[in-house]
Amino acid sequence: MSEFINKAIEYFEYPFVRYALIVGVLIALCSSILGVTLVLKRFSFIGDGLSHVAFGGMAIASVLNFTNDMPLTLLFTVIFAIVLLMSGKNAKIKGDAAIAMVSVGSLAIGYLLLNIFNTSGNLSGDVCSTLFGSTSILTLTPTEVYLCVGLSVFVVAVFILLYNRIFAVTFDEDFSKATGTNADFYNFIIAIIIAVIIVLAMNLVGSLLISALVIFPALSAMRIFKSFKSVTVFSAVLSVFCSLLGILTAVFAGTPVGSTIVAVDIVAFIICFAVGKVFGGKR
Amino acid sequence: MAQLSCKNLALGYDGKIVRDNISFEVNSGDYLCIVGENGSGKSTLMKTILGLFPPISGEIKFGDGLKDKEIGYLPQQTDIQKDFPASVNEIVLSGCISKLSFSPFYSKSEKELADYQIARLGLNSLKNRCYRELSGGQQQRVLLARALCATDKMILLDEPVSGLDPMITMEMYNLIESLNKEGTTVIMVSHDIEAALNYASHILHIGDNVFFGTKKDYLKSEFSKAFTKGIGDIQ
Ligand SMILES: Nc1ncnc2c1ncn2[C@@H]1O[C@H](COP(=O)(O)OP(=O)(O)OP(=O)(O)O)[C@@H](O)[C@H]1O
Ligand SMILES: [Mg+2]
Repeated sequence: MSEFINKAIEYFEYPFVRYALIVGVLIALCSSILGVTLVLKRFSFIGDGLSHVAFGGMAIASVLNFTNDMPLTLLFTVIFAIVLLMSGKNAKIKGDAAIAMVSVGSLAIGYLLLNIFNTSGNLSGDVCSTLFGSTSILTLTPTEVYLCVGLSVFVVAVFILLYNRIFAVTFDEDFSKATGTNADFYNFIIAIIIAVIIVLAMNLVGSLLISALVIFPALSAMRIFKSFKSVTVFSAVLSVFCSLLGILTAVFAGTPVGSTIVAVDIVAFIICFAVGKVFGGKR
Repeated sequence: MAQLSCKNLALGYDGKIVRDNISFEVNSGDYLCIVGENGSGKSTLMKTILGLFPPISGEIKFGDGLKDKEIGYLPQQTDIQKDFPASVNEIVLSGCISKLSFSPFYSKSEKELADYQIARLGLNSLKNRCYRELSGGQQQRVLLARALCATDKMILLDEPVSGLDPMITMEMYNLIESLNKEGTTVIMVSHDIEAALNYASHILHIGDNVFFGTKKDYLKSEFSKAFTKGIGDIQ
């Protein structure tokens, strides 16, 4: 045991481990708080689509040889989030098809661009890392860390300030519109926040696994807790805990960070499911 | 001046007219029942009054101290609410959303208003329960309490008793009646023509022809004959 602690302390000496933990906690926090809203508004598939768009954005940024590809990816994703939300609002089926088109399209174009303008020797390694986030979390630069911290503070602040409105709009859009809340505006804000979260989370788990990070903690919390506030708080706590555990496990065991975190999330979901079944749920 | 007056409304979606030539007036304290067959456009009319989308033509005017957006609304149930994790208290409180203006959080007076409406509808013992675990009748009462938080000047109810058993249906009607007696204007969509004739002061019948008038006039009219099938001789 003491050997383990020594080893842990030794690891913490490395800035990349500390960066990974800080960023991991923040991303886990951000991605989980909107999870309930996304799951209930049937937005989870938009999240999935957007993560592919983010991949396309990143490919373009890297083809253009940007040193930091996050700002461009972010811009790209935010624009598509808004477009998808606006197009998907009136016609359900058309919106679904639009999302599938855009997401698969940007995945293909992204990969094509990376192939044509291949700048690094290890293309499949790069692509794998973008899709599954295998190493990017461990190679963060201080700039990226600051950007992550800034964006996370933005997401959490917006969420807290708009908490009551997000609740009302998620629970019953018609009612909140009828009583004078500008629901379209809040949907718009929610779309922007999703985009930001997805770009952030790409660093941690890669673009294919983002949805897991968004959905699992919310679904787990919904098994056990029965009020919006407690579900939100618990999913945030659970998500942070799972991410920490996942990152540490990955660092020690040498497994890929993204999939380890998701694996921990899955285990947590199973436990919550069982707890919910056995106790019938608390408040 | 009427609280709500609609003139020559044409309703529909994306420019396609579902129902037109609708004119009626609602005064403070009225109890208007909207009746008509499935698909005749009752819910569409409700949503148009609430301003969820604009009428294709015609006008909707608010008056007598009632402002646009000062209407409480009890929707026909939606799917999203079936598995929504929220407590009764949270939902009722969300009825105060329009009172927030620029503040991010609810103030003490809004929380007190929610508590008052919870007590008024007999929901005290359910206050911290989860919404999705309540019975249909209890859920309707929660949504009614929420609507009353938004305003107690006028409430719109879209089939408030669908799916409720006869006992609870009676309770719900009595509750709505007592709210009406306390001064709230009620506009209710109902398939239950018998109840409509029992409680309402005015009837709006929408269909291929539109009728609007007092209950008495309705009973004398052609409309009621086909629709009420013999129960027209209540009262
Ligand atoms: N979102 C929509 N887009 C297009 N058409 C719609 C939409 N919602 C309803 N309609 C159509 O408008 C017409 C009126 O629908 P509405 O829901 O107002 O009927 P209703 O009188 O409330 O019926 P019910 O008694 O079944 O509740 C129907 O023909 C329906 O197909
Ligand atoms: Mg209807």
